[in-house]
Amino acid sequence: MSIASVRPGLPLAAVNPVAKVAATVPLSIVLVLTLDPVSAAVAIACELLVFTLVGFGPLLWSPRTLPIWIAAPLTGLSMVLYGAPSGETYWEFGVILVTEGSLLIGLATMTRVIAIALPAVVLFLTIDPTDLADGLAQTLHLPARFVLGALAGLRLVGSSVDDWRTLRLARRARGVADHGVVRRGLGQAFALLVLAIRRGSTLATAMEARGFGAPGERTWARVARFGAAEWAVIAVGCLVAAIAATAAVLAGSWNVVWA
Amino acid sequence: MPPHEAPRTRPAAISARGWGWRHGGRRTPAVHDLDLEIAPGERVLLLGASGSGKSTLLHGLAGVLGDDDDGDATGRLLIDGRPAAAARGRSGLVLQDPDAQVVMARVGDDVAFGLENLGVAREEIWSRVDAALDAVGLDLPRDHSTAELSGGQRQRLALAGVLAMRPGLILLDEPTANLDPAGVLEVRDAVARVADESGATFVVIEHLVSTWLPVVDRVIVLGAGGALLADGAPAGVLDAHAAELRAAGVWLPSEVPWHAPAPDVAARHPLLTADRLDVARVHGRPVLRGVDAQVVGGGILAVTGPNGVGKTTLALTLAGLLRPEAGRLIADPELAKGARGEPWRWRSRELLTRIGTVFQSPEHQFIAGTVRAELEVGPRALKLPPAERDARTDALLQSLRLERLAAANPFTLSGGEKRRLSVATALATRPRMLVLDEPTFGQDANTWRELARLIVALRDDGVGVVAMTHDEAFVEAVADRRLELHRTMVDESDTPAGTSSVEAPR
Repeated sequence: MSIASVRPGLPLAAVNPVAKVAATVPLSIVLVLTLDPVSAAVAIACELLVFTLVGFGPLLWSPRTLPIWIAAPLTGLSMVLYGAPSGETYWEFGVILVTEGSLLIGLATMTRVIAIALPAVVLFLTIDPTDLADGLAQTLHLPARFVLGALAGLRLVGSSVDDWRTLRLARRARGVADHGVVRRGLGQAFALLVLAIRRGSTLATAMEARGFGAPGERTWARVARFGAAEWAVIAVGCLVAAIAATAAVLAGSWNVVWA
Repeated sequence: MPPHEAPRTRPAAISARGWGWRHGGRRTPAVHDLDLEIAPGERVLLLGASGSGKSTLLHGLAGVLGDDDDGDATGRLLIDGRPAAAARGRSGLVLQDPDAQVVMARVGDDVAFGLENLGVAREEIWSRVDAALDAVGLDLPRDHSTAELSGGQRQRLALAGVLAMRPGLILLDEPTANLDPAGVLEVRDAVARVADESGATFVVIEHLVSTWLPVVDRVIVLGAGGALLADGAPAGVLDAHAAELRAAGVWLPSEVPWHAPAPDVAARHPLLTADRLDVARVHGRPVLRGVDAQVVGGGILAVTGPNGVGKTTLALTLAGLLRPEAGRLIADPELAKGARGEPWRWRSRELLTRIGTVFQSPEHQFIAGTVRAELEVGPRALKLPPAERDARTDALLQSLRLERLAAANPFTLSGGEKRRLSVATALATRPRMLVLDEPTFGQDANTWRELARLIVALRDDGVGVVAMTHDEAFVEAVADRRLELHRTMVDESDTPAGTSSVEAPR
């Protein structure tokens, strides 16, 4: 019941999280540069192929990725209805104007959302927060205080979920749960904040008592490696981005957004 | 300071010379002009009323009170002749709340955390982690999830984290106050074993003297503002100062602060009946099955069982806050007073005069900015006339000794005051039935006695009381019936963690 809980042994779980995050960057840049259906569709095809080969097949079609399959068409639809009109007009209703251009933009947006979100969700499911912290601190040399503080804070998210549930029941017990959903929600959110701060400060005391933030060099019990496997993951990410860009250019659909 | 100056296995000496600490924003110091010497290897039980500055002293020794921004220090507090704040790593601190001191997601990483901070070499870290886990009797793989530990296991994990740092001084701030009886012994024995093996000095704060008496060789009692009331061998101090200790709310060995007179059995009447009840916190995942129980007006039912058996979930279900998974919860017409269906169907406002609930953690139910406003929440929701509202509020403030605090923010109260206020808020609407989740847990003897008297007075008024509790003293001295919940084997998803129960007169 916590975001920071230990992940089961998924493929790529042992790869340095920094590499996994880095691998998604080139494709994101490509897909932000151009707004066309070809690049994103090719990227999705590559992603599905690569993830299935690596062994993420079951995860790809699990409920964990469901939000993407729901959110992407919705984003696309809003572009279809309200996107910049151009070309032939198919349907008009008040401010809604469905044109050839807006249909294309809608399709391009929907595939884009899927192509960017899918690897993010799948790869993040394989990332253990502790490993991510190790990677951020040891590979990228971010400040240990900041990284470990955030990691410890993440653990409190789970208790906040429980707190929220209990706060709701407590309000029912206090006789104030019949009316005023909005006001009660705000009050409850404030109470949650107070509880989170208290728990956080206890945790900070416990960490400090164990030498956290003491002067002197900190050592790391776990090694964040960055070797062949990490470079390979990044290379695959670059390759997918290159294929998507090349396909769009060859198909003649490559259009840099601000051009 | 170079690390070789202080080998970490040597027991630490403590010396306070005119030491005092005033928390930032407070007018009076928490500890004032304290003189104290503790020799290396001594095992000290630190006692005192709430507000005596015990925790402040302990946190001062651990070096976590902060700097000038956080408060003002006077005098000197030394560990091995060096200021405590500069002696990080010489002392280790275990706190009360088992949930709030787990730092990492995996058991091994959590123990290693302190060693990393001290800059111990990686090759050495893991052997020390294994040794520490072994010493506290946590026989778990290093990558075991810390989220899956029981309260007692978490406290032993915290102790292992401290132990791995090889401190000369182990500080324990009510380490067992949140644990069930089995967890209490588990942690106490681990501390004793660790002290035997390492020879470290240790100082423990705890209300329940009997738990720690067998393992300490010195008792120190602090009075208001950290004044030294008594100091010496356990037996001598407890005999010579029994009256003062009792007044300070200390639980003396084998002493129950108060015994309730027997209830009037003839006046009893059923209020709420649970018939083969399955309860669940999250729909579809029952934690307890087939509970048969009856709450009677004029009686006190104690529900006992180990941590995690589902007591809180049962409490919330009996209180009409959670919908039962299966089975029936039948409210007698005297309780329902016209409200229709099972209690979970009642409106929030209808619950007020029927079933009051006191949550395990008082903070969860505070919704107003002052103590007085907190007490008025229920009466306001009932739309009682202002005169009646004031009368009830004043009476409760007085009977629960909260008058002085009427304008204070509920979150700023002490633990005992918060508990009294949370009970008072439930009483303000005069419910026919009261559900209490761990009402006396971790309370000092004075608060315990007050709560016990209050609950028995309600019983005598015909209120039906059901209390979830680990507190054997409460079961013996206050309750008149007991429902014991048992854990069963958890193997299949359709087998809940806890299961049916035996209800027996005490």
